[in-house]
Amino acid sequence: MLDRQTQGADSNALIAKILAADETTRSELLARTATEVRVSILNTIIGPKMGHIGGDFSVADILTTLFFGVMKLDPDNPNWQERDRFILSKGHCSAALYSVLAMRGFFEIDLLKTFMAPLSALNGHPNRRKIPGVEANTGPLGHGLPIGVGCAIAARLAKADRRVFVVLGDGELQEGSNWEAAMAAGHRGLSNLVAIVDRNRLQQGAGTEDTNRLEPLADKWRSFGWEVHDVDGHDHRVLYDMLSQPGGSQPRCLVARTIKGKGVSFIENRVEWHHKVPSLEQVQLAHKELAV
Amino acid sequence: MNEISQAPTVATFDCRVAFAETLIELARTDHRIVAVCNDSVGSSNLNAFQKEFPDRLINVGIAEQNMVGVAAGLANGGFVPYVSCASPFLTGRALEQIKADVAYNNYHIVLCGQSPGMSYGELGPTHHSIEDFAWMRALTDLTILVPADPRQTRDAVRWASTANRPVFMRVGRFKIPSVTPEDEDFVPGRASRLRDGRDVTLIACGTMVSRALGAADQLAQKGISARVLNMTTIQPLDEAAVIEAATETGRIVTVEEAIIHGGLGSAVAECVVQNKPVPMRILGVPHLAPTGSTAFLLDHFGLNAEGIAKAALELVG
Repeated sequence: MLDRQTQGADSNALIAKILAADETTRSELLARTATEVRVSILNTIIGPKMGHIGGDFSVADILTTLFFGVMKLDPDNPNWQERDRFILSKGHCSAALYSVLAMRGFFEIDLLKTFMAPLSALNGHPNRRKIPGVEANTGPLGHGLPIGVGCAIAARLAKADRRVFVVLGDGELQEGSNWEAAMAAGHRGLSNLVAIVDRNRLQQGAGTEDTNRLEPLADKWRSFGWEVHDVDGHDHRVLYDMLSQPGGSQPRCLVARTIKGKGVSFIENRVEWHHKVPSLEQVQLAHKELAV
Repeated sequence: MNEISQAPTVATFDCRVAFAETLIELARTDHRIVAVCNDSVGSSNLNAFQKEFPDRLINVGIAEQNMVGVAAGLANGGFVPYVSCASPFLTGRALEQIKADVAYNNYHIVLCGQSPGMSYGELGPTHHSIEDFAWMRALTDLTILVPADPRQTRDAVRWASTANRPVFMRVGRFKIPSVTPEDEDFVPGRASRLRDGRDVTLIACGTMVSRALGAADQLAQKGISARVLNMTTIQPLDEAAVIEAATETGRIVTVEEAIIHGGLGSAVAECVVQNKPVPMRILGVPHLAPTGSTAFLLDHFGLNAEGIAKAALELVG
């Protein structure tokens, strides 16, 4: 098993390759990395037999593109003031965040084996006091975007060009606090802020549209003063373009169409896989599908 | 309109003035300081701050949950936000944000509960903040400060800028007299013994401190010697001072402008029963208040010198 520094150096080399590559190669490299992230998620949650595999898999391509292609970070100096900020508002998808953080060299990959174990630093929801690279302790829904707005105002006050990325679940947009924050960001024209909605159309109990309708979702964001893009949340080319492009005069929202459980056929698009854990047989099947 | 019922001739002060002046003074040299509020520039007395530091006054509008989250993001960026908002809405509406974004994250944020307790008298229980002690005390990472006069307000605002941890403080609107001796240094976590005594200890905070001193005067006339502690820091509690009071005076009366469940009285009782059990009385607000001014309501609930003295007399027997 690689130590943290070697893992970090390897990931830096990979990122250099991704950034130097042409569009096609870059997308292939990001896709390959995203598959490794999914494998890591799978391995992470089968330890404690707990986790949120559906949402972890739906957000994996977005996180990979951000952490391996877009964001300015320094895993050797996680509190570097000028780093870009990343907030996972859907904190229950911690296994996905922990996987990219470990693969980027923020902590030893071996630590993933302690996910949700007694006294582990890897809580079911991320904790900045325990894990470098975590900016905010999320879990209760509707908290990430307000914090992201504060990060964006802080960057502006400091006249720094760092950017702020917040990943939100679609179901959590039913929380009113998101819209307080969306209104403030639009009002202030926080062009250094990007919200990415993991639009997999499923929440814990049912479809979002059957529970409390979100559509027309892009129009909602637009009406709050955001620059909105409807994108395929599994297309690394589009994600890279939209996330790496600097902001204009408004905050940017990507409504990223995703498939909950993306990557494993029997998990995809099924509401029951919100926090179901695969059996040993299913794990083998999943590994096979991910290896293809 | 809000005169002190038992001491109408004494000069009284609104602590918001000291709060705002001190914040401006600090912000001139400490560039990390920002103010965050919810359409509460006027009610928090922040107009002058806004005039001098227009970029550093972040008014998010009427949106308390976002307000506290924004403060967490600002703290993440190295700023020290003073979140200034009417205490009922700060601690009630944004309670989960205070729990998760402020306390659990352990960010250096100063939550300033304006117009706390029953400051909004006639506006009624929706606008009273008598639950804030109980709610904030459940968040063990928070330091809770309840200044008893303008001088303590100034010292608390200053200290909070160096706390490097989450702080909640009440900023009083109800006019109160000065109680802090000129030569007293503010030490967070330390009770201030304003009066020594042998027979009973009166432990008070905030608006109740001057009234506890009034009660001690009345008790002295009856030959009862009452110690008075100003417990500015409710959390962490000065347990040594409480145990000492229990040991040396044998009886304790607590008094606070807050619900009697979970506040100062509860904190003192938790300490007393586990260390040095002695008879106690817990004075405060027993239930939702009827209509009336702040001064009326404090008298109505016996939160005045007479009421405190009466409770002490019952204990002394």
